[in-house]
Amino acid sequence: MRPRVLIIGATSAIAHAVARRYAGRQAALFLIGRRLPALEANAADLVVRGAEAVGCALLDANDHDRHEAVLAEAWAAYGGFDVALVAHGVLPDQAAAERSVTATLESFDTNAASVIALLTLLANRFEAQGSGVIAVISSPAGDRGRASNYVYGAAKAAVTVFAAGLRHRLHAKGVRVITIVPGFVDTPMTAGIAKTGPLWAAPEQVARDIVRALERGFGVVYTPGFWRWIMSAIRHVPERLFVRTKL
Amino acid sequence: MQPVSSWGRLTRAPHDVIALSDRSRAPAVVAASRRPALPFGNGRSYGDVCLNEAGVLWTTRDLDRFIAFDPATGRLECEAGVTLDEVIALALPHGWFPPVTPGTRHVTLGGAIANDVHGKNHHGAGTFGEHVEALTVLRTDGSTIVCGPEREGAWFRATVGGLGLTGLIATVTLRLRPVDGGWIDATTTPFDSLDAFYALSESSSTAHEYTVAWLDCGPGTAGETQGLFFAGNHATSIDPLPPARERALPLTPPLSLVTPLSVRAFNRLYRRAHERAPTTARQDYRRFFYPLDGVRDWNRIYGPRGFFQYQCVVPEAVQQDATRELLAIVAAAGTGSFLAVLKTFGERPPAGMLSFPMAGTTLALDFPNRGAATLALFERLDAAVDAAGGRLYAAKDARMPAALFQRGYPQWQAFEAYRDPGISSQMARRLFGL
Repeated sequence: MRPRVLIIGATSAIAHAVARRYAGRQAALFLIGRRLPALEANAADLVVRGAEAVGCALLDANDHDRHEAVLAEAWAAYGGFDVALVAHGVLPDQAAAERSVTATLESFDTNAASVIALLTLLANRFEAQGSGVIAVISSPAGDRGRASNYVYGAAKAAVTVFAAGLRHRLHAKGVRVITIVPGFVDTPMTAGIAKTGPLWAAPEQVARDIVRALERGFGVVYTPGFWRWIMSAIRHVPERLFVRTKL
Repeated sequence: MQPVSSWGRLTRAPHDVIALSDRSRAPAVVAASRRPALPFGNGRSYGDVCLNEAGVLWTTRDLDRFIAFDPATGRLECEAGVTLDEVIALALPHGWFPPVTPGTRHVTLGGAIANDVHGKNHHGAGTFGEHVEALTVLRTDGSTIVCGPEREGAWFRATVGGLGLTGLIATVTLRLRPVDGGWIDATTTPFDSLDAFYALSESSSTAHEYTVAWLDCGPGTAGETQGLFFAGNHATSIDPLPPARERALPLTPPLSLVTPLSVRAFNRLYRRAHERAPTTARQDYRRFFYPLDGVRDWNRIYGPRGFFQYQCVVPEAVQQDATRELLAIVAAAGTGSFLAVLKTFGERPPAGMLSFPMAGTTLALDFPNRGAATLALFERLDAAVDAAGGRLYAAKDARMPAALFQRGYPQWQAFEAYRDPGISSQMARRLFGL
């Protein structure tokens, strides 16, 4: 059975690494993203790697009015999907956001509002199908507000809770909803950060965990797995102590 | 700014790292970057050809997309940050293999072309650049040059072996070579003199696509040269390969583990593991071509001060005497070399203006960095290479003097016309003066 896979934010490094794993299984993929040359370059790569078919559609996720039309185009192409992965997002400059309400809300729109809007439409389509798995990429930043990245973290917290609610709602309808929580991943999105130390993972490693979760995972999936324990510890530090730390 | 080391780990200087990942945007990034900048692939060159202290490094590992592959003809077009490992993973199941491969499969194609790398089949297949059909090169003036052997040929010959200095190689079209499977029929023959090595090279070069020799170059080997001669051909077997096994060196030891004592012990054991008579075995291609890739981060074995590789070539007419002299200089230094590799190159017109191979013998030696003593040894080796009319391999070099480079690479001045004025490297500043 060749899976039909829909990816929103398909030019992100993690999303493309996931797409490559599906291409190796001769999947039919539909890529949605903001920049056509980058989408087409990824599509060609996936075809060489064995994908049975690759479709592309342009979408700026903040253009909510176009969401339904683009999803309809994807469904028209393959008749339905076994897997949907919502992977788009931006890493806002925390310091800039602190000085600008506009910057804060713009990144919130991209990382939370547009994701929630797309998940709403996907949930209804998957519910009607009565099968499949929806995954959304959240972040450990959403597990607890921290001075260094709470603007990004607040949006991801909204995504995590929204996805948990969808999981609850769709459980009885034969649709799984997976929340992916990647730790530090060496991608262009994190290019501004010096990547040293054992906490950093490659997109390929994270993609392997994501595909495994899409196949048989449940609930909230941390990748690499040790992040579950790191974040559990961070969540349990009392506020009085936490506010004195530098995180 | 991030600290960046090359494979020899001799320095850890800060660089302004810019990761290229979207090839449609790369021309604009290359044009807009602070100068001087330098392309950086997977960091497998040993010295300073890939370093640009305090300047910009454009890293290309995220330019790793395939563009087109024809399993009927073995023609592959892809972004230049793709590694040979990734090419093999794609192509081998379809019966194709890199036409030329160096001793590690973790090099990017861009790096393989910029250093015009060679392999154990140089006598039959030449350098990597001979199998490239087309390149796109991004220049800091915002232009893009599409070149190949028959199109903008001068730009092509400058860029192949051009040390990354003519522009950023963004995409590559490559011709692969057909194979039945991933197995190599390999013969290992012990030899106990340099004359015996040359006799084996001569007799093996027609019947074997791949030949190379390992020398016992440990301390206390001042007598006759002893070593093992490896020859191989692609096997017809299509049996599946065993899963890849990779060990890792998890941390850098505080001191180099490569000492005269450990080199001697290793070399004796390695040689003893092979019988006096030739042995033939069918080997996994990873074991035959890439024994060192089996240990991730093996370069850490030399400790925090890092190591040098010294690789030279001496011309065919004087190869026996010159090689004998080079080995005598190493033996006299008393330190030995953990890894000593000897190979004869065939007579081929070079693919690039600054391509390293020439008809003759190449010798590659690894030395832990012991500061002035190591550099003094290199000066003695340089003098022998220079007198023989030979040259050093830039991909391995961290210290050759400009005069030796300029005598060894007579086209260096012609090459300068093709350099990108926005690109430089530590090596370029050392060898060209800017």
